Formats: sequence, C-alpha cells, structure tokens
Amino acid sequence: MAVAGDKDLDVPRAELVPAPRAAAPSRRARPRLRRRTELVVLLAPALALFVGFVLLPIVLAAWDGMHKWTGFGSLGPFAGLYNYRLVLSDPVFRESFVHNVIIVIASIVIQLPLGLGMALLLNRRIRGRAFLRTLAFAPFVLPYATTAVMWLLLLQPGGFLDQVMKAAGLGGLIQLWLANLHLVLYTMIVVLTWQFFGFAMILMLAGLQGIPAELREAAALDGASGWQATWRITLPLLGPTIRIWLFLSVVGSLQVFDQVWIMTGGGPANASSTMVTYLVQHGFQSYEFGYGSAVAVIIFLICFIFALLYQRFVLRRDTRGALTRAVG
Amino acid sequence: MSDVSTILAAGPGTQSRRRRRRVSPLTPVTYLTALVLVGVTVVPLLFVFVDGFKSNAQINSSATALPHPWVTGNYAQILTSAAFWQPLENSAVIAAIATVLVVVLGAMAAFALSRYAFRGREGLFLLFAVGLLFPINAAALPLYLMLDKIGLLDSPLGVALPEAAFGLPITIVILRPFMREIPGELEDAAVVDGATRIGFFLRILLPLSRPALVTVAVLAFVQSWNQYLIPLLVFTSQGRFTLPLAVANFQTQYAQNTASILAFTALSMLPALGCFIFAQRHLVGGFTGAVKG
Repeated sequence: MAVAGDKDLDVPRAELVPAPRAAAPSRRARPRLRRRTELVVLLAPALALFVGFVLLPIVLAAWDGMHKWTGFGSLGPFAGLYNYRLVLSDPVFRESFVHNVIIVIASIVIQLPLGLGMALLLNRRIRGRAFLRTLAFAPFVLPYATTAVMWLLLLQPGGFLDQVMKAAGLGGLIQLWLANLHLVLYTMIVVLTWQFFGFAMILMLAGLQGIPAELREAAALDGASGWQATWRITLPLLGPTIRIWLFLSVVGSLQVFDQVWIMTGGGPANASSTMVTYLVQHGFQSYEFGYGSAVAVIIFLICFIFALLYQRFVLRRDTRGALTRAVG
Repeated sequence: MSDVSTILAAGPGTQSRRRRRRVSPLTPVTYLTALVLVGVTVVPLLFVFVDGFKSNAQINSSATALPHPWVTGNYAQILTSAAFWQPLENSAVIAAIATVLVVVLGAMAAFALSRYAFRGREGLFLLFAVGLLFPINAAALPLYLMLDKIGLLDSPLGVALPEAAFGLPITIVILRPFMREIPGELEDAAVVDGATRIGFFLRILLPLSRPALVTVAVLAFVQSWNQYLIPLLVFTSQGRFTLPLAVANFQTQYAQNTASILAFTALSMLPALGCFIFAQRHLVGGFTGAVKG
C-alpha cells in the first residue's frame, strides 16, 4: 500500500552474496547494529504517536485532575484528590453513570438476542440474504452524528413517527419522545439499538460461519432437533464471539456521546446525560479543566477496571482472541 | 489465526452450500422476521432520502406520504453550496491523513513485532493492545488540553494525529498475526536471494499482506470519517468543520427548514453508504478479524 519508496534501503539482489553462517564475532557486530537500527526505525514512529496521543494525555489528565484550575491554560494549586472526590459525590455525575449502566444492560438484553436471532436466520440459505445483511448492517457505518439528526427529525412532535402512529390508530400513545423526563433515556436506547444491533449481527454471523456444518449434521443424525442443535452445539461454540461482542458493546456503551449530545444535549434536566456528555458539559463548556480532567480519568478507570475484571473472569476461558492473547 | 484471511476469502455462503439438501420449514417465518427487522432498519433512512424531495409545506401536511410533486430544489441547493462541499473535503483530507499514518506506521510496527525476536517484544505488543481499552471519547478533554499546548487546535492535524494514534492498537492487533502467518521459508528464500530484511518487508511481506492492509485502512478511514467529538472540540472555525460537525451545525442553524436539513443529512450519508457497500467485505473482515485475531 502506501509504503513503497525507500529504494536505498533495498540492496540489489545480484550484488549481495549471502554471508557465511559462521562469521567472525567482529563481523557479527555490524548486522546486530543494523538489526537494532531497523527495529528503532520500524517501531519508533508508531510508538511515538501512540505514547504521545494516547498514553500521555491520560497521564497528564491524572496530574491536571489533582489541581485546581485558575484560568485558561494554567494550573492552580495542588489539590490532591479533591476534584476526584467532588466528581464522585456530584449527584449529576452519579446519575450519568447510572444512565450508562442502564444503556449497557439494555444493549445486552436487547441487542444480543436480536443480533443472534437475526444471525441465525440469515445463516440459512434464503434468497436475498446478502442484501438483507447489508441493509441490517448499514446503520452501524453511518456517522452517528448524521443518524442523530435523522432521529431528531423523525421524533419531533408531530413528525414522522407521530404521523405514522396516528395513521395506525395509535395516536393516543404519542409522547414527547425527547422531552419527557421519564421517557427520554429509553428513546435514546431505541436509537442506540437501531444503530448498533447490526454490529452484533455481523459478528455473530462471522462466528457462525466458523462453526463447521458437520457438527450440526452429526447431531441431526443422532436425533437432535434443530432447536436442540442450536442450543447445545451452535450457541456454546459461539461463546467466544458472544463474549468479545459483550466486551466491545460495554466499552462502547460506556462512552456514548454523539447521539445524546445532538438529540438532547443530555437533557431535559440531565434525564439522558451520560458520563461523556457530563465530561463535555462540566469540564469543557465551563472551562473547569482540572475538574474535567478528573472526570476523564474516572471514566477511563471505569472502562479499565471493567476490562480487567472481564479479562480475569470471562475472557480467560477463551484460548483465542486478540484481547486474550494480548493481556493473558 | 488466519481467521482474517479465512473470513475474507470465505465470503458469504461457503458454509451453507453444504446444506443445500435441507429445506428449512421455517422459511416463511424466517423471511417475515428478517423483513420486519430490516424494515425497521431501513424506514428511517428512506424517510430522510424521500422527504428530502418535499417542500416544507408538504412535510408539515404529511411526512409519511410520497412527495407530490417531487421537489429537487433542496438537494440542488445543498449540492451547489460550499456548506456541503467544504466539510466533505475537510473530512476526506483528515480521514486520508489518519488512514495513511495508521497503515504505514502500523505496518512497520507490526512487521517489527511479528518477525523480529527481541527482548520486550511481547511487552511492547501488550502496550499497544491495551490501547484498545482507551475510549477516544473519554480522552477528548485531555487531548484538547494537550493539543492546546502544542498549538494544534483548530488544525486538521490536531484531529488526524489523535485519530491515527487511537487507530494504531486495532491495526497492530490485526496485522501482527497476519504477518506472523506468512511462512518463514519465504523470508529465508529472500535472504538467500540477497534481500535485506527491509527489502523482504517492502517487496514480499507487504504485497502478501494486502488483504489485511486493506481491512485496517478501511477501518481507520471509517472511524475517522465518523468521528464527532474530537473535531467538535478541536475546530472553532466553521470553515474547517468535518461532515458530521457540519450536519449537526446545519441542523441547529436552520432548525425551521426541515426539508433542507433532510437533504443535507441524506447527502452526507451517501459517502459513508457508498464506501460501506464498496468495502463491506473488508469492514466485516476487519471487525471479525479483530475479534478472533
């Protein structure tokens, strides 16, 4: 791909005679140096970018969070864990955290069966399968900001949804979908489900395709019904896929922002706020950067602790998988 | 591993061909359920695209009916306006920078981490892999403060660099096992033929890794294209806004003009939809590859 040039690094083939295996120690020192140089050249740029823009900001945020903020761009006096305690004792932050937890639970309870069921259906040989799969996956690849604007218009009072409901004789059930304190979070959950269920489906489909058909056929020969084969063979074998999806889904649910920010801004009265909308509102818009840094670190720690626990208690059962291999 | 390649190569339907003899009794139910779910998915999108062809009066009188007559003015107006093309270009430039960075640096690092033996290699890989747990949204404020310090606020690089950095973990996690699978005999043969390690990397390994490289490139591009919070914080000049920012901004600015917002939203969905249909296999391969790596 984009890597092509660097011809000077490339030695013309015909001119280079392979070095004899048993070379004198002094002659081996040069390849070793060369190897080391190669490693540095290959690794340093990626490492610098990664450390500079991923690790460093979080480390700095942990430090900034320990200071009061006096004005734009300057750290105030050291305050220890003061900001962190303040964040954790703020009812609005707690509420936002609870909203995230509700979103996590809802996405598991709704998207998992839906995605799995759809994957099982589409794993059969039915006409137009590829087309259906493409359509179901499409919302996931659309920018969340654009779909948020779309839902905003769909759900506005007297808008598309209300008109459809009226036409269907359900006019009495119409609500202020985004302005009702008790409803708005669930409206957001519908929007999030719409956007993300295709991702669950596509992962499950890929997992299903990795399960040899012979296993089900053998079960059928042994007299198992279709349901039994699904419950006893397919689902257990899909375990690793489900566990990875769960992990990605939870980390995603913990950092929901775009849709909520555009559709409700976290309102009304924080009824739909999430931890990241809280971060933007309280850390950014009020220029309380010490406080905001503390919020960012706390969100990060929540994700990290979840990941460690998940790794420890759930993922270690899998012998494969990137995260397993990486952390285990 | 080779899951990435398997999935990429397998594509749809390899598994089911073996089950041809079995005609499922559930077929009508299957169809119905699938159609209902897909309908729920697609109707909102159809609403955006179709109602973009209405006047505001038409939308207000009935949002559900087909346009009568079809009004092309909304789309025409957006398509001739810099308010659409400028953000499109901004998004494309940023996504291109982020993608090139991710693919070039990621491939180099993955090569070192897969085909060199050195002390601390696994630790280094672990460091990158742990990056998967860093949500970019949670890092938004710390990133903002840092970009402020190094003077990258309101600059395309201020968005592209963090996006590339946050894209590296998944890239390396996908590329490393892929590069590892390529037989050592190939490398030995290249060395016997007089190639250096770097020559082997450029001339043999990279071309052989093409499927995985395309996958990580598509992933990086899509993530940059869809990113909202980072550009929201970084950009203050409207002229630099990316497409998602521009859509949200357009919606607040022209809140009364539903028809225009619909047309703008529909048009801004098109590049992502087109890219998705073109790159679907790679995208799916990427996600599943990341999962099974």
